[in-house]
Parts: sequence; C-alpha cells; structure tokens
Amino acid sequence: MTPPPVLSVRNLVVAIPSRSGTSRPVNDISFDIAPGEILGVVGESGAGKSMTGNAVIGLLDRPAHIASGEIWLNGRRIDALLPEDLRRIRGRQVGMVFQDPLTSLNPLLRIGDQLIETIREHLPMTAAAARDRAVAALEEVGIPAAAERLNSYPHEFSGGMRQRVVIALALCAEPSLVIADEPTTALDVSVQAQIIALLRRLCRDRGTAVMLVTHDMGVISEAADRVAVMYAGRLAELGPVRSVISQPRHPYADGLMGAMPSIAIGQRRLRQIPGAMPRPSAIPPGCAFAPRCPRAADTCRLDPAPSLADDPQGRAACWFPMEHSA
Amino acid sequence: MLAFLIRRLVQSVVVLLVVGAVSFGMFRFIGDPVNNMLGQERTQADIEQLRDRLGLDRPVFVQYALFLRNAVQGDFGVSYRQGRPVADIIAERAPATLELAAVSGVMALVFGIGLGVLTAINRNSWASSAIMTLSLVGVSLPTFLIGILLIYVFSVQLEWLPSFGRGETVDVGGWSTGFLTQSGLIALILPAITLGLYQMTLIMRIVRSEMLEVLRQDYIRFARARGLRERSINFRHALKNTLVPVITVTGLQMGSIIAFSIITETVFQWPGMGLLFINAVQFVDIPVMAAYLMLISVLFVSINLVVDLLYFAIDPRLRIERAKA
Repeated sequence: MTPPPVLSVRNLVVAIPSRSGTSRPVNDISFDIAPGEILGVVGESGAGKSMTGNAVIGLLDRPAHIASGEIWLNGRRIDALLPEDLRRIRGRQVGMVFQDPLTSLNPLLRIGDQLIETIREHLPMTAAAARDRAVAALEEVGIPAAAERLNSYPHEFSGGMRQRVVIALALCAEPSLVIADEPTTALDVSVQAQIIALLRRLCRDRGTAVMLVTHDMGVISEAADRVAVMYAGRLAELGPVRSVISQPRHPYADGLMGAMPSIAIGQRRLRQIPGAMPRPSAIPPGCAFAPRCPRAADTCRLDPAPSLADDPQGRAACWFPMEHSA
Repeated sequence: MLAFLIRRLVQSVVVLLVVGAVSFGMFRFIGDPVNNMLGQERTQADIEQLRDRLGLDRPVFVQYALFLRNAVQGDFGVSYRQGRPVADIIAERAPATLELAAVSGVMALVFGIGLGVLTAINRNSWASSAIMTLSLVGVSLPTFLIGILLIYVFSVQLEWLPSFGRGETVDVGGWSTGFLTQSGLIALILPAITLGLYQMTLIMRIVRSEMLEVLRQDYIRFARARGLRERSINFRHALKNTLVPVITVTGLQMGSIIAFSIITETVFQWPGMGLLFINAVQFVDIPVMAAYLMLISVLFVSINLVVDLLYFAIDPRLRIERAKA
C-alpha cells in the first residue's frame, strides 16, 4: 500500500491575462509526489517548470494566477487559501531553494539572524532554542564551525557554501515538501554534485518530498526517482527516471535525451531538435510539439494531444508514442 | 577602517583649506576693508595705522596663515557693520537656525522615509498615486513660493499661525530656545514645513524607487518563500537594503537644510544665521560672510564624514573590503 502523496496537483492551469489575450504558461498539469520521493521536472526555458513550482508555493507574480485546477498538500487543499494562511504554509510545510545562492540571501543580515528569524516564525521556540536549532541546521548541511558561522554575513561564504545555507534555511522548519528551482545551475560543476547529494540525503533522511526543477538531465538522472518532462506548459511525459531516459515514449522526451551529452554516450554527434518552443501566447492548435516533431501526422496538427491516461503505459501525452522493443 | 578614517580626515582638511582660501580671498578682492571701516572722514595716517593693525601690510601668505590660525580658534574678526566679534554674533544667531533645521530635518526624514516605504509597498493604490503627484509640487515649487503660499493661507487668511519671527524664546545656558514656549513652537511650524518640504519629497521619492528595486530582489522573494511576515520583509529585510543610497542623498540634504535656510529665514524673518548672512551681503560685511562660508563648509565636510561612517554601520560588505585593503 503506497502512502498518500505529500503533494498532489490536479489539472493545474496558470493564466496570464494581457491585452492581446490570455496565455497559459502552465496548462492542465497533474502529478503527485510521495513522501521521500524526488520528482524531477525538466524542460526548456519557458516550458512552465518554475511557474508550476511558484504556483504550488503561492508565489506567482501578478498578473499570473491559478485559473483552475487543484493543489493538495498533505490532504489539504492549498490553491485557494487566504494570503495569511498561505504564508504559514510557506517555510513550514513547503520549503523553497532558489537558483542563485549569491542573491538569495539578504546581504545585510547575518545568516544566523536569517535562520533564527525563520525558525521562530514557524516553531514556538525561545531565542536560545532557535539558535541551537540554527547551529544544528548548519551542521546538517555540512558547514564547518557552524556555531561561529552564525555570525557571518552571506558575502563571507563561497557560492557552494551559500547554497548550503540556503538549503538549511529552506529545511530549518522541517517542511514536508521542498521545491528546488534550478538549485545547481549557478554553481560550479564540481560543487553541483555535492549540493545534489546533500539535498537528496537530507530529504531521504526526513522523508521530505522534493520537486526538483531543472533543465539539466544529468542532475535529474543522478537525483530523481521520477521525471516529468514539460513542453510549452504541458506535461509531455511523466514516468520513472530510468524508463524515461532509456526508453522515452514522447518524441520530445526522446529528442531531449538525444541532446544530452552525459546520457547519449557513444553517440558521435548530439542530436538536436529543430525549431524552437512556441511562446505561451502563440501555441499552435493540436499538439504543441507537432511543428517540431519528426513523427507528426495530421491528427497531431489538428487535435490537442491526448492526456497521459490515454497512453497504454500512462506515461506520454502523444498520439503516437514511441515503442521500444525489450 | 582606521586608515580609511584618516584618509577621509586628511581630505576634509584639504577641502577646508581651500574654502578658507576663498573666504580669505573675499577680504582682498571685494572692496577695501580699510575704506569700509574708516568711512569718509579719514587721514592717510589713519589708513596706515589700521593697515598695520589689521596686518594688511604683510605678505599674503602670512595673512592667510594668520586668518587660518584665528579661524581655527573661532576668531573671525570684527563685523564691519555691528562692530562686534563675528563669533559672538554667530553664536547668538546659531540656535535659531539649528532648531529650525533640526525640526525640518526630523520632519523630512520621518515623513520622507515613512511615505516612501508606504507608497512603494502599496504602489498601485490611489493614495500612493495621489501622494506621488503631490510630491511633484514639493520637488518643483521654489522654497520662497511655498513659504509665501503658506503665509497667505495660514497667517493671512486663516490667521492660525504667525507669519514671522521666532515667538518667545527662553534662554537656557546661553542657548536661546523656542522649544519651551507655546508661541515659540507655533512659530516653528510654517518655517519648518517650508524648509523641509523639498527634502521630504526628495527623500520620499528616493526611498520609494530604491524600495521598489529592492523588493524585486531574490532575497526578498526567498524571505517570502520562507513564510516571513510582510512587516518583517518590508521593514527588516527591504528597508535596510534601501538605506545606503538613501543615506548619501539624505546626508547632503541635511547640510542643505542648514545652508539654504537663507531663503526660508528671509521669508519668515527668522532671526538665524541665514538672515544674518543675507544682511551681511547687503552691507558687504565680509567678516560675517567669510565666517558663514567656513561654518557651512565645516558642516558639509562633517556630514560627509558621518555618512561614510554610517555606510560601515549598515553594510557589512564594506567592513570586510576595507579591512583587507
């Protein structure tokens, strides 16, 4: 019997109204994340990955808003909460890690103050207890001499160390879900692996669910249990990370894998997908990927892509999913 | 930190020496002080005697050195017009200007920062738009016009507030203060508004634009993603980051409040240093003008120094970089 999911997103639509009409950067997305599971979300820039994460944590910038769909967190519906209730959830139940650790920390406040403030905001603690907890949080993310480092300012840390501080901040109130939005993109390659390993270890230990947003398939293949491939605001494919990487069913996922140097080992040239992803305001009728798809037929250009449930294997939103022998 | 402080102090001294040279230059180039002091009925012997007494027959550099030595000791000579030591006259007038400037400055800071933050946080509300539009009036109307308008409305038409003077003052240890009497406080209202309005609107507009910039930063977004309260985000995380550029401008504006109180003091016949200076200009009372010039430059230089030190207090990044340098 599988445990109930931490996060359950159902038919989520994020809309941005503008004078020239409403665009939907996130269009009819559904997925679950189980406790301790890491769901990778990949796609090109503008595919709606970050927008999905922001919608879950309730930080969409106006005029973007959730137009329809449901978001359930630990059995509670959170997509229509009052701002004050949503604030209590942020940090306490949903932590967030941003892309650039150099700009995520307030440069004028000591990291200890930023940690203690966050802890005391969510947990009923004395200042001294919160301080101890802050030290423990820094130790957990592998910051040496944590007690002294509480008094340091962000600029006294290196980029990788700052991202550790950011992770400590995101996890200090023990949320059940962490949304990591490109957590390694701004880091050196050598540090990336450390940060990913750290994030994975911390979340495994605590049973924290993770939504790992990235465009780096290498990170996904290393860290994630399942992967959601997004294209033009929709889910193209959603499945276990091994199967999606080795046997992608959606032609876009297939193209994406072929374009990844770390995964397409032995191939002489990287494949590239011709063309560019359409802007959310100019998505063609039919399947959004059809103009770039090598397998597209008339059906693809006329009818919207089917839902994942229509795929016999339940993975790809495609009229003609790719079959793999063996 | 110490090296930085010493460097700034040396720079300040250089600035003051240059201003001193300009003040000193006024004695030599604007009229002949001997003529000014002796008037029409004079003999050649009188002139020679006075030249000798004032040291005007000595080389220029010696005169400049003497001028500086006296100035450092607070001796700016004797007013041509009043025949009293300039230092005494200024000491007598300073409280009026300083009290007026202090009230204006505090008013400009409190309302400027407060309204700036409020209009930045609620930037789409109609109240913010109204305040921003009104602030254009403060920035663009000249001070004397604002003063005259205020006098017209509140003194002439409504007869609520006095149109000139300080009201009654109380002497506290040689400092005549208007803070302790009702008429003194009432008399402060219109001049203080007139003097501080420009600074207030300027500070407000700077705080607002800086605040809008800071609110877009990642660390504000991250603070929000950690579920911190809006109040803490706005006043703890955001406001502090807006302060560095705001302090630069505000510091200089505080200097201007004292230096340019001339206009306000003239409009309201406020018996302060500004009015003293204007009268001195009319009578070519050079010792008073020179002393005023020196005083204002000392003021600006010290404010600049304080501003630089405030940077250190606010921004830890500067402390590190300077410590390494």
